[in-house]
Amino acid sequence: MSIEARFRLDYPGFTLDVDLSLPATGVTALFGHSGSGKTTLLRAIAGLERVPGGRLVFDGAVWQDDATWLPTHRRPLGYVFQEASLFPHLSVRGNLDYGMKRTWRRPAGADFQTIVDLLGIGALLDRKPDRLSGGERQRVAIARALLTQPRLLLMDEPLAALDLARKEEILPYLEQLDEVLHIPMLYVSHAPDEVARLADHIVVLDGGRALAAGPLTETLARLDLPIRLGEDAGAVFAATVAERDAEWHLARVEFDGGELWVRDSGVAVGRRVRVRILARDVSIANSRHDDVSIMNLLPATVIAHAGEDHPSAVLVQLSVGATKLLARLTRRSAQRLDLAPGREVWVQIKAVALIG
Amino acid sequence: MLSLPNLASDFAAIWLTFKLATVVTLILLLIGTPIAWWLARTRSWWKGPVGAIVALPIVLPPTVLGFYLLLVMGPQGAVGQFTEWAGIGLLPFTFWGLVVASVFYSMPFVVQPIQNAFEAIGERPLEAAATLRASPLDAFFSVAVPLAKPGFITAAILGFAHTVGEFGVVLMIGGNIPEKTRVVSVLIYDHVEALEYTQAHWLAGGMLIFSFFVLLALYSLNPSGKRK
Repeated sequence: MSIEARFRLDYPGFTLDVDLSLPATGVTALFGHSGSGKTTLLRAIAGLERVPGGRLVFDGAVWQDDATWLPTHRRPLGYVFQEASLFPHLSVRGNLDYGMKRTWRRPAGADFQTIVDLLGIGALLDRKPDRLSGGERQRVAIARALLTQPRLLLMDEPLAALDLARKEEILPYLEQLDEVLHIPMLYVSHAPDEVARLADHIVVLDGGRALAAGPLTETLARLDLPIRLGEDAGAVFAATVAERDAEWHLARVEFDGGELWVRDSGVAVGRRVRVRILARDVSIANSRHDDVSIMNLLPATVIAHAGEDHPSAVLVQLSVGATKLLARLTRRSAQRLDLAPGREVWVQIKAVALIG
Repeated sequence: MLSLPNLASDFAAIWLTFKLATVVTLILLLIGTPIAWWLARTRSWWKGPVGAIVALPIVLPPTVLGFYLLLVMGPQGAVGQFTEWAGIGLLPFTFWGLVVASVFYSMPFVVQPIQNAFEAIGERPLEAAATLRASPLDAFFSVAVPLAKPGFITAAILGFAHTVGEFGVVLMIGGNIPEKTRVVSVLIYDHVEALEYTQAHWLAGGMLIFSFFVLLALYSLNPSGKRK
């Protein structure tokens, strides 16, 4: 299962030039700053933007090439726009029905109920879109897209128009989509925290070109990531909750290379979680220090380091077992500690975020 | 002193006016909608010229429009020769001649509100419809038309009212044939010329009240003032 996409567009002041092979499983983030071409790429995949000479093959089916053009309404996809774009003249139920009754494989009643429950919109069905909050509207838009039984879900910054509280309201629903429905998703975003939380794969776009593509964990830990994440640079990897300590309200999670103590957020023992450690929260010592407040001390090996935007900073890539971490230090510290590749050190991790 | 307008010819004129305005409004909604859709969405070079031609009756003296239509539909005109060849006969001085002339004359008042309504919808709802498996034609009827409903209501009211109010074009193309082409506005003129002020009062007052309520309906239906 894969998505082959090749598009070339040349407008004055804007270029899109990509030739991608994306996995048609899990969540793939199209990540980049505004103007990087990520929305144009998504629209081209949906057929909303017609790119002459492009080529698009989804799971073996040609959607576009020199001889073929499948119009949007005949592509088995769902699309969620940045603003919900519900039809204002229809109720929530009317909006949900709109796509459903035009779908050849009409979902059974159970599917309707599953998706309505999944997105928590059962109480909203008889309301008009203008009586919904921004978050509710976006949840209805996602449900509306899912009810067409898409084989590919395209999301164009579905959270960008929402405030932080509304984002937190929707993110858990998005995380469940992948787990429950197993629909491959292309997710356009410029927000590193959303990408870290949701994506399994990432395509980094800049100036209309794909500068990096690959599994999220590996790609985010790269030093030569062509896009500077600055304060958001960090590693994301999978872990399992191994123990919950009731006395200190802490949880122990195990990952491929060690274990970490994190704040107990109520996740059950045995659950898979995603861990994010920002480079700015990792410091390095040449020996183990137990006389510090930091709980998470792990032995690590320096792999490489690279300069940062500011000339005082370096980004160091380390391995803890099979897992890669990033640490951001001053260049002076890096030199004082003599952090040459292969050097054995201790990493002190100040903050660990459990996401998803 | 007021007496009732008990002349049959007055009622015949009112009925004729109503029939003309209804037929013209229906025809204009049918042909004006695709024109408005095209004008609202095209990026073609032709958008300017076509828009200008549609809008011409707003600025043109009705006599000018009537004069040219009379020529084109007359025995020497292209349309006239066609209608004679087709066995319909000549259109000037017939009810259907009035209909054709009124369609041209009231066109901008129907096309422009619908065009503005289509433009206000924008691209997004139609794109959303396409991602929900609606073909372009399906999306037009299930999304664009319902969302443009206020524009259609405005267009119908304006088209109807403007046809009721026309005078110059009717006189040029239809003359003044009782029960065939004599509409209310022309009849008022006749009454005044014949110094029948009572009858003129009834009809003129009726037109005044009718026009007021039409505009009242218009402004109450679109209180935001986005009529044009």
